Amino acid sequence: MAEWEAVIGLEVHVQLATASKLFSGSSTDFGSEPNALTDPTVLGLPGALPALNGRALELAIQLGAAVGSSIRRRSRFARKHYFYPDLPKGYQISQYDQPLCEGGAVELRGSGEARTVRLRRIHMEEDAGKSIHGARGHSLVDLNRAGVPLCEIVSEPDIRSGDEAAEFMRALRQLVRYLGVSGGDMEKGQLRCDANVSVRPAGSERYGTRTELKNINSFRFVKQAIENEIGRQTRILEGGGTIVQETRLWDADAGVSHPMRSKEEAEDYRYFPDPDLPPLEVSDEFLARVEGSLPELPAARFDRLVRDYGLSEDDARTLTQERTLADYFDRAVSAYAESSTKAASGAKALANWIQSELLRELGREGRDAASAPVSPESLAGLVRLIDDGTISGKIAKDVFAKMYASGEPAEAIVEREGLRQITDQGEIEAIAREVVEANPGQVEAYRGGKHKMLGFFVGQVMKRTGGKANPKAVNEILTRLLDAPG
Amino acid sequence: MSDLAFAGVAAQADKVRRKDVSARELTELYLARAEAHSELGAYLHLEPEGALTRAGAIDRALAEGGDPGPLAGVPIALKDILVTEGMTTTAGSKILDGWVPPYDGTAVERLRRAGAVILGKLNMDEFAMGSSGENSSRAVCKNPWDPQRVPGGSSGGSAAAVAAGLCAASLGTDTGGSIRQPASFCGIVGLRPTYGRVSRYGVVAFASSFDQVGPLARTTEDAALLLETIAGPDPRDATSIDAPVPRYRDALNGGAKGLTIGIPDEFSAEHLGTGFDPEVERAVDEARRVLEREGAAVRSISLPHSRYALPTYYLLAPAEASSNLARYDGVRYGRRDAEPGAGLGAVYGETRGRNFGPEVKRRIMLGTYALRSGYYDAYYLKAQKVRSLIARDFARAFEDVDLVLSPTAPTPAFPIGSRADSPLDMYMADVLTLSCNLAGLPGISVPCGFTQNGLPIGMQMLAPALGEETLLRAASAYERASGIAGARPPEVFHG
Repeated sequence: MAEWEAVIGLEVHVQLATASKLFSGSSTDFGSEPNALTDPTVLGLPGALPALNGRALELAIQLGAAVGSSIRRRSRFARKHYFYPDLPKGYQISQYDQPLCEGGAVELRGSGEARTVRLRRIHMEEDAGKSIHGARGHSLVDLNRAGVPLCEIVSEPDIRSGDEAAEFMRALRQLVRYLGVSGGDMEKGQLRCDANVSVRPAGSERYGTRTELKNINSFRFVKQAIENEIGRQTRILEGGGTIVQETRLWDADAGVSHPMRSKEEAEDYRYFPDPDLPPLEVSDEFLARVEGSLPELPAARFDRLVRDYGLSEDDARTLTQERTLADYFDRAVSAYAESSTKAASGAKALANWIQSELLRELGREGRDAASAPVSPESLAGLVRLIDDGTISGKIAKDVFAKMYASGEPAEAIVEREGLRQITDQGEIEAIAREVVEANPGQVEAYRGGKHKMLGFFVGQVMKRTGGKANPKAVNEILTRLLDAPG
Repeated sequence: MSDLAFAGVAAQADKVRRKDVSARELTELYLARAEAHSELGAYLHLEPEGALTRAGAIDRALAEGGDPGPLAGVPIALKDILVTEGMTTTAGSKILDGWVPPYDGTAVERLRRAGAVILGKLNMDEFAMGSSGENSSRAVCKNPWDPQRVPGGSSGGSAAAVAAGLCAASLGTDTGGSIRQPASFCGIVGLRPTYGRVSRYGVVAFASSFDQVGPLARTTEDAALLLETIAGPDPRDATSIDAPVPRYRDALNGGAKGLTIGIPDEFSAEHLGTGFDPEVERAVDEARRVLEREGAAVRSISLPHSRYALPTYYLLAPAEASSNLARYDGVRYGRRDAEPGAGLGAVYGETRGRNFGPEVKRRIMLGTYALRSGYYDAYYLKAQKVRSLIARDFARAFEDVDLVLSPTAPTPAFPIGSRADSPLDMYMADVLTLSCNLAGLPGISVPCGFTQNGLPIGMQMLAPALGEETLLRAASAYERASGIAGARPPEVFHG
């Protein structure tokens, strides 16, 4: 039996994070009353015209620049025609023969081997509305989404598995969120994906006949839908059959896809340049300004965290997943470094605190690092208190919980609640003596060779000091007292 | 009072401002005339209440010492292609029956802001597709000089209403000659501005890269005043030109001296494939001589690609129209002609099948064909290349001359029904006006005489982009020298 190789290209729609629509002033809010976010242009009223939202252009260029696309100095909008009730003008304003961005690539750096997926193009277009089929054979149309700005990212057929496709989507999501060009929320339709899938004998240079899978609208379904389609095509080919070039609709509930239309039924979109919109000119100055405003991208940030702070790749990956979290980490490290020369060790401790305590609490509340009640500066303060021996690591966890609840800095809580660690040798020794004297039986057992009993004495000292005694000092003093001949 | 109905726009506004006449009286005058001449078929919709309310508000503002603007109280009527808030807008089509827009187009907004009173909406060929006015889905509009004849098109209602004194002036649109040609048929001034000079926001689209709003008026002065009111950049129209608006009236007294006028060799019967009425040729020759006497120099020029203007236009304009008219699907506004439950295909098929007229369907089919995948290069793209050549012809000609002069149309107004069976004969009515639209240039039609049967004849002048001042300067010089302005049609329907 031949080995089969899948060849996958994705067409990803990203909703640009603008306040208003691509060609008019209506808001892009999510979850408004149906048809509330409309105006003459969105409704396609006679006489209404499109006027480009400059912010959308800026975001699209940011995205293109971040993936290394070449940005066309002159591109243009085209009309793509088809009749559907949720397409108000009978055409969608898109880009066709002159897209804004050409080329570029997305690097996949998941757990496996790093791979590069080349991009063919990124173009701007407006979204259509939504049709709701149902009640008593009626269909309803909601045009709130109509005119929402999108970028369509078209990859080269460089993807080889459902896993890689999902990873590509995750990488894009991470990127658009870093850039702030999109919320990247698949559940809200801010990120959508169609997949072109074909299968060929491994090692073959030729492409097999492809199908297009539509309606993949969650990360989970990206992998599932594509693997399902690879399986379907492989079974047909192994059975001696041929693949029909067609568009298929993914049914997430049933976990299968159904044919939607064949190549013969494919519509003729009658593309032509939109005469309402002059060619889109991007000046060198504008491009330079947008490129200059790009933030540090996830891959660069990952590399920096590993290189400069010696973080493990896993830690670096977690911390750079979201830009807000990575920003949090960087702010905490720089706050720590202002008061310490041990920036690297502080960075590791901060990385641990963020990944264990902070993310757990944020996760519980579904909060983002940007709105964490403990500021990065406060967290740096807490770690500093541990480093200089003011509080123990154990006490610090309680202090963190209080900081998270109240938003107060660590120092204030430690002072108010008297949590400062007891490091005074004399004070610790006095308490240790009391404990030793109060427990003759246990002392005898220890001296009889049961050295594990040390833990008992340490526990007793900690209990009497409210956990504030420096554990290292307690250990040393108790060992000395117990080992001394009675 | 009839004299007042034919007075100039500025003069009417002055009278209102000086309170010689109230805006209300002026409005009532035109409303009464419009009613009395209803058989002319110029109006599709008259809005007496709205107009009188507005006139009353202007009178009150004046009484309180306010200045309602340069068009204070002047009653204007609009081609029914201009979108008017709260006032039905049909573009002469059944498919928009009953549609009341929720917004004003930019040109309308600017008229209102200048103090104009909007009387109502004027007849037109459906979606501006036609050269006679006969493609209106409603009444046939008649030529006030001879009710057996067409007023021209597509702004036929505008030209007829202005000529007959049923409004002070009007706005129309010119996609292939739709302002200039009816202006010439009805003996008035029609000015098509440079593409982008007036915002298209709120103009029902026919062919977006050709459409342009402009004035139809009885004098060059009125046209200039209207143009300076409506022209100028508009952020809502990405194709509007970002250039300051001159005070066009200042150009009127420049005189013809110093102007060089070009006569295109190719605007001839043999080159364009259509006959020219000898009376039209004679009248335009005479007008040229008038301009020469006024100091203009005249020379011949060449526009070698002129013969391709008509086929080029009839590829590109229908292509754009087929796209622009896709929105009339019965879903959101206008008519929906399908039985409940008949299904989506029926909604589209019945609504569009029953409510678009034959000429509109013809152009949708032409345009759809031209844009088909695999045919785009051979038709649309090639036509765009020819369009560039035509524009280049003009650019070269304008290195040597200031204006291009020709008849506006090959013939005067023709009898109603005489060309209805032959679309190609009908298209020939625009053969002299189309080139200007292909090149995006401004053009004007000015009355230059009458046939022996008393039909008006118009001459056309074209200028380089943003050359409206030159057009108005030459047209005004001619107007003064010839003394032709102010000729009134007989009051056919009303004694």
